[in-house]
Amino acid sequence: MSELLIRTRPIRTLKQTVRILVMVATTFLGLLLITFLIGRIVPIDPVLAVVGDKASPQVYEKARIAMGLHLPLWKQFLIYIGNVVTGDFGTSVLTANPVIDDILRVFPATFELAGTATVIGILVGIPLGIFSAVKQGSFLDHVTRVIGLFGHSLPIFWLGLMALMLFYVRLDLLPGPGRVDFFYEGIVTPVTGILTIDSIVAGEWEIFRNAVYHLILPASLLGYYSSAYLLRMTRSFMIEQLRQEYILTARVKGVKEWKVIWGHALGNCAIPLITVIALSFGTLLEGSVLTETVFAWPGLGLYLTNSLLNADMNAVLGSTIVVGAIFLGINLFSDFLYKVMDPRAR
Amino acid sequence: MIAVENLNVFFGHGQTRNHAVKDVGFTVEKGESFGLVGESGSGKSTVLNCISGLLTHWKGRIEIDGVRLMQTRNMAFCRKVQMVFQDPYGSLHPRHTIDRTLKEPVKIHRLGDANNRVARVLDDVGLGAKFRFRFPHQLSGGQRQRVAVARALILDPEIILLDEPTSALDVSIQAEVLNLLQDIRREKNLTYILVSHDLAVVSHMCNRLLVMNRGKTVETITRNQLKSGAISEKYTTQLLVAGKGYDRTAIDQFQDFR
Repeated sequence: MSELLIRTRPIRTLKQTVRILVMVATTFLGLLLITFLIGRIVPIDPVLAVVGDKASPQVYEKARIAMGLHLPLWKQFLIYIGNVVTGDFGTSVLTANPVIDDILRVFPATFELAGTATVIGILVGIPLGIFSAVKQGSFLDHVTRVIGLFGHSLPIFWLGLMALMLFYVRLDLLPGPGRVDFFYEGIVTPVTGILTIDSIVAGEWEIFRNAVYHLILPASLLGYYSSAYLLRMTRSFMIEQLRQEYILTARVKGVKEWKVIWGHALGNCAIPLITVIALSFGTLLEGSVLTETVFAWPGLGLYLTNSLLNADMNAVLGSTIVVGAIFLGINLFSDFLYKVMDPRAR
Repeated sequence: MIAVENLNVFFGHGQTRNHAVKDVGFTVEKGESFGLVGESGSGKSTVLNCISGLLTHWKGRIEIDGVRLMQTRNMAFCRKVQMVFQDPYGSLHPRHTIDRTLKEPVKIHRLGDANNRVARVLDDVGLGAKFRFRFPHQLSGGQRQRVAVARALILDPEIILLDEPTSALDVSIQAEVLNLLQDIRREKNLTYILVSHDLAVVSHMCNRLLVMNRGKTVETITRNQLKSGAISEKYTTQLLVAGKGYDRTAIDQFQDFR
């Protein structure tokens, strides 16, 4: 029987891989179709956005043909797919740069913010969720429940404004909007695009410190939002695991209580938690639009907001595709981790 | 070997406070197999959890070998008393191989010779070495319950607490596991306390049994009394009738014993 298993395993793995690739390709195609249709439905004339409203009909027509808009819709879609696959999202009307260049420039800032927020969310939300589950119904549980409820209910832009008013304007403890003080801007040569890392690489410790100070407030706010979500999910996963009989088995074996909680129960919660953390990170990447606007954080969110306000459809659709593709990648990665960690999923 | 006196357990507070176990007491001799019987919610598993130390908020007196147990249990207790649970699907760590599940208590109690111990207990429960590196989801219900028994045996305990060990298994597998438990008890001179709502299981496994209803002791009877029907309490008779299967006329005559 074991020989049969060994022989059939590579075939099964290959089948699973093909199935996943087909699923990813289909989802990505769906994303492209939706963004393509949005680009055609919105009442914004892409030709007019390029040539301006004072252009002559001849110039307008020339530009329309150059953009391929005279072709049938299905042909336009095929060209669109080809362009996207090769990383060509068109040129931004606002910056006059290729959209992909703009995205590559602004994305590291968003990644830095969302990444730091996710780390804060994990460090705060998961331990609190565990304590809350272990001490279910206690005062600590009620307090964390209220914290979680606030994190979910309060609009993040309002919290951002209040935090800026308190910590920047009133107490003067933390710096105001922006990624770094303006006199430090442009000093560090981008390597990764993540300022805290680039400043370390460049040995610019003063800039590093300043960048960290600027990161504290927006990352803490997004981190609070993320931790509120992770707290609730961890609590619910832990309560479910702590009710299982293998936990009682561990106790009667003589396993220490801290190991029962942090080893046995949390170990099994880690599997669904990976998905939750991955989705939370994805949400922060796409959902930090308002936070980036409030804190003038030059990331994808601010770029998207400015592009929307200026009807720069190439930039808007390009950013949407990038965020969608990242979301797809994150899901794929969490599925992979799921399989690595859980023998039942293999 | 085991003595339980005036055991009382309360759950909840205020208006939701529930007196789950009321002045329960019994003794079990060394090498004896003792049954706790009653319908769901009668408090039999709660008594077992008090003895095992899984429940700590009990009042009364529990003694093992003349030594009074406090609410918390030490490592020596875990080596002496082990427990097998009801659900063969839930009682094994889902991400640990059988080998890891069995080795963990050996490691915790620093007993050494883990490989030989694992091989020995797997043989004892009729599972060979081929099962050793499998995960629980790769085993059948009966095989998992054998692993649960092996896990309890690996510390060489003197007492095993069995909390409805066959109720989640197919009828065809139940007898297999019960016979295995009987053989192991005889071979190793173990003491069992078996909790079950099934009188047939208890009469097969136990010399004496305590009948419980709504947290209270109804009576203590022997297997012979049970088989001959020499029962004094009406509740036990009713339980016996209920255990024989569905009978509309019998059910109509059932009483609610409070």
